[in-house]
Amino acid sequence: MSIVIIKPGILDTIQDTGRTGQGSFGINTGGAMDRFAAMMANILTGNNVKEAVIEIHYPGPQILFENDALICITGADFTAGLNDEPLPSWQPVLIRKNTVLQFPVSKKGARAYLAVQGGFVIDKWLNSYSTNLKAGIGGWKGRKLEKGDEIFFKQSKRCVSSLFKSENNFQILRWRADIGKVYEQPHEIFFIRGYEWDELTRESTEALEESNFIIRSSSDRMGYQLKGTHLHLAEKKEMVSCAVSFGTIQLLPNGNLVVLMADHQTTGGYPRIGHIISAHLPKLAQLRPGDNIRFKAIDIDKAEEQLFFQQHEIQIWQRACAEKLNSIYAEHRS
Amino acid sequence: MSEYKIFPIGDSASTIDFGNYILEALNKKVMAMQRWLQQNPFEGLEDIIIAYSSLSVIYDADQVKTRYKPEKTVFDFIKEKLHEAYEKSFIVEKDSLVKRIPVCYDPAVALDITFVAGEKNLQVTDIIRLHTSVIYRVYMIGFQPGFPYMASVDSRITIPRKEKPRVFVPSGSVGLAGSQTGIYPVDSPGGWQIIGRTPIRLFNKLKANALIIKPGDRVQFYEINLKELGRLSKP
Repeated sequence: MSIVIIKPGILDTIQDTGRTGQGSFGINTGGAMDRFAAMMANILTGNNVKEAVIEIHYPGPQILFENDALICITGADFTAGLNDEPLPSWQPVLIRKNTVLQFPVSKKGARAYLAVQGGFVIDKWLNSYSTNLKAGIGGWKGRKLEKGDEIFFKQSKRCVSSLFKSENNFQILRWRADIGKVYEQPHEIFFIRGYEWDELTRESTEALEESNFIIRSSSDRMGYQLKGTHLHLAEKKEMVSCAVSFGTIQLLPNGNLVVLMADHQTTGGYPRIGHIISAHLPKLAQLRPGDNIRFKAIDIDKAEEQLFFQQHEIQIWQRACAEKLNSIYAEHRS
Repeated sequence: MSEYKIFPIGDSASTIDFGNYILEALNKKVMAMQRWLQQNPFEGLEDIIIAYSSLSVIYDADQVKTRYKPEKTVFDFIKEKLHEAYEKSFIVEKDSLVKRIPVCYDPAVALDITFVAGEKNLQVTDIIRLHTSVIYRVYMIGFQPGFPYMASVDSRITIPRKEKPRVFVPSGSVGLAGSQTGIYPVDSPGGWQIIGRTPIRLFNKLKANALIIKPGDRVQFYEINLKELGRLSKP
């Protein structure tokens, strides 16, 4: 039960929802940039949300399936195809063995996720499957996927092959996740005010909400470097290092902003202007260099409400998908 | 004891901050609070990150809400927890043994030591003498796996970070930044002024959470030459 990377993409890594509990050792959380898409890929294939998935950037890989599998692709739309036939995203698909999955054209978004029913066979490091590229450990050998890598997936008690109803290379299962709301208004990003917000000049606080910021090409999994109006504190401030989080907006000494992303360091010493709300991190993770961002400040209670709403939706999908899968396996047995 | 502020650093993380100070007493309080929270964790607590004079908690806000049903926000609940940790924790820390760390200050590996000497109007030998004469406290681990932030260096050798960070700093490099000194555990980019290199491997992938140098430790450096560095660096 395995897949083989026959052609690597630019940056394909094993990720999960992150490595928590190690911050005091300087070990960052890492994990999928778009946690929502990664979790949904697992949910749609009937996995635990914390199973390992492959995070795919564009140009993507070519992946050979050595066995029949039930898979789901979520996140960015890289026009996934199986032996040149287009595959749907956000929908579980049965795949025949000896087929090749590829991602020919980048249409929308920045990261796609691939989950396989059962999950990939990966050793956990400090209780997580995520790849820590900086330390060279975790995930698949601590590195991105390369040509010839053969990754096994866990044998499921449920026989995927028995679900095929035709000789086709793939078969689309009947349900899909309606995820419209999560990625709506992709450029409008909400944040809560950070501790040094009050220390910005009035012009700066106005500029932050009233002008566009563009994601620079130097952005990566560690952080999004932004181009836009330069912001300034009313008085220069020397800071000692303090913990930062996924979504923290830091003000650099040159007046530019950087938004810390999944692979951010545990601590930082720059003024914290704001923090992107969790519910908007998925859409932020799907923006690309050159895209613009419009920031909007909201209060912590509203940020929490949005987080709970998204969590609640995830739980509903989780139950619904589990039921759907149970029913088709049951249908088949009868 | 002292004033502090509690504020969110996101909707799933909050910080209690005692101000921008590098003070042993504050750091000891921070560590005491960490111990208290480890012994009295709330459901949904995912991580505790301590720094010089602050402690941050990372949590699953949804889990906290489901379990404790706070009247207002999850943040308000966390705020109460951090107040409680402040009130109920007490410092029991005793001075630990001094860990002695060998450092080679040869300009071949001490990339900035000549520059620092020039900036400070000192001889390289003075830098070495001043850097090795102090017993430092390890205030925090951050930035990278196992990177110890130690303070305070002798005021005669304090120097700001490099204006333009290096793209590559080899692991084991010992650096200065303001009143802090630190060691790069893994190869990485970095902006600290490099004044030496240690053969001690601070970060071991297999024992990543059994650090050789931990917060609260006391550390003193001693000088070795290039030959010893080579010999001790061998696995």
